[in-house]
Amino acid sequence: MSKLDAVQLQLLREVADLHEIPEGAYNLRSNGESAGRRSTEHIEIVSKSEGSGIDIHIKAGTKNESVHIPVVLSESGLKETVYNDFYIGEDCDVLIVAGCGIDNCGKQDSQHDGIHRFFVGRNSHIRYVEKHYGSGNGEGKRILNPVTEIYMDENSSAELEMVQIKGVDSTKRTTTAQLKENAKLIVRERLMTHGVQTSESIYRVELNGDGSSADVVSRSVARDNSYQKLDACIVGNAACSGHTECDSIIMDNGRILAVPSLEANSVDAALVHEAAIGKIAGDQLIKLMTLGLTEAEAEEQIIGGFLK
Amino acid sequence: MLEIRNLAFSAENEADKVDIIRNIDLNIPDGRFVVITGPNGGGKSTLAKLIAGIVKPTEGNIFLDGKDITDLTITERANAGIGFAFQQPVRFKGLTVLDLLRIAKGKNLSVSDACQFLSEVGLCAKDYIHREVNASLSGGELKRIEIATVLARDVRLAVFDEPEAGIDLWSFQNLIRIFENMRKSMENRTIIVISHQERILNIADEIIVLADGAVTKQGPRDEVLPAIAEAHFATDICQKLA
Ligand SMILES: Nc1ncnc2c1ncn2[C@@H]1O[C@H](COP(=O)(O)OP(=O)(O)OP(=O)(O)O)[C@@H](O)[C@H]1O
Ligand SMILES: [Mg+2]
Repeated sequence: MSKLDAVQLQLLREVADLHEIPEGAYNLRSNGESAGRRSTEHIEIVSKSEGSGIDIHIKAGTKNESVHIPVVLSESGLKETVYNDFYIGEDCDVLIVAGCGIDNCGKQDSQHDGIHRFFVGRNSHIRYVEKHYGSGNGEGKRILNPVTEIYMDENSSAELEMVQIKGVDSTKRTTTAQLKENAKLIVRERLMTHGVQTSESIYRVELNGDGSSADVVSRSVARDNSYQKLDACIVGNAACSGHTECDSIIMDNGRILAVPSLEANSVDAALVHEAAIGKIAGDQLIKLMTLGLTEAEAEEQIIGGFLK
Repeated sequence: MLEIRNLAFSAENEADKVDIIRNIDLNIPDGRFVVITGPNGGGKSTLAKLIAGIVKPTEGNIFLDGKDITDLTITERANAGIGFAFQQPVRFKGLTVLDLLRIAKGKNLSVSDACQFLSEVGLCAKDYIHREVNASLSGGELKRIEIATVLARDVRLAVFDEPEAGIDLWSFQNLIRIFENMRKSMENRTIIVISHQERILNIADEIIVLADGAVTKQGPRDEVLPAIAEAHFATDICQKLA
């Protein structure tokens, strides 16, 4: 990663906690080009023929291995759409870390639309961590529109951790999932918007197999004049169980529209949704102030904990 | 020394004004263990909140060590050495017990030191230190954590609002030991406990009875306790209604 400059390295740290070349398989994309790649015995990364992305093949039985595929953009005005497909064999247990950091100091908008598809084989477990981060003080916007599609075979499980805490001006996040028998999906989303940012987060999870389950929890904070739309839908087509929760704090002139929804097409589907939006509870602020914090410090602690 | 002079608090209702604390005068010298008791709705929690700065008085002044703290904010009073354990502790989504204790301590607090505070309130530290202070905690657990946050602050004036509420019999001795330790570890520390419990009243240096927003009795335990036993203040309200 010696080719990267300080800004790019900083972005990498933010989105992938990477300080050096990661262990295991990785593909690093920087300003629209591949800046490093390593395949391993069990995990093979190959470019798509059109050059528009990569295919990641994880062999059956791969356990305790990881793949990092961070993307950094530091040139103003760069716009790209990238397709990454993950083929995960049976009986795997892997960690996949994606993430995109944009630094835009220029006048033109920078945009990265990552389209990630996961084909999770039978009895496999994946943990997918995706962090988005923006920095730079140019007028150009930092735009990220990730699409995540997950196809889960029998008895597979996936844990998704999606985090976007800072600096992304506009985002439309779309996540869809289809689950077969006994597949299990857990989603934990953390979002914070500030300034005049807008964020739209859409989930559509289809529980198609008996015994499948999904738990989709989004926690978000909208500050300043930012706007968020959270739209989480769980569809039950079998004897399944689904839970979705949108829990949000609004501050200043922030606005949030939460639209959790459920669709049951089987009498044995058990689906629950919860949504709550409100400002920080006054008694929480008061409690922390009685411990010696100022009101602003108390706010930071409460939000920090909420989004942890 | 905590001095309360002519302190009054009234809340505005739609139509009229409700007097909740009626021109109270109190002097609490350093190093005392004072128990405030009295009927439900008598104004005890309101007085505690006035001391902590959570409620602003409509009249009167509060002095700590001769300094007028009436206009100080909650934060400033906390930094002046006032600690307050809520009658109904607050829950936080996401903040852990350790986070809260660290905030209370105000500087880096090691996990083992944090565990010390939990053990003091009778919680098995390793089970609780990383728990979120959220709805999953039971009422009694929350109450003990609330007490631990005040212990961690090592304050000069501690106010506990019904600390024994929801705490099981077995830990009662433990609670009393906490108060004793607090007194031993800082000679001039003042502890004010709001309580209805005889066992807490029994260890008080001084008892204050607050009813209908006014101090109806105040003095050394041995004087006030027999008087309380006779007057069934719980029936006062019913008599008033009759
Ligand atoms: N902001 C307010 N507005 C109107 N009434 C209030 C307000 N705050 C307190 N009160 C009333 O003042 C009275 C005193 O309340 P307070 O909580 O101080 O009582 P307490 O002595 O602590 O009672 P308890 O033993 O039940 O805890 C109650 O009747 C309560 O309803
Ligand atoms: Mg009370």
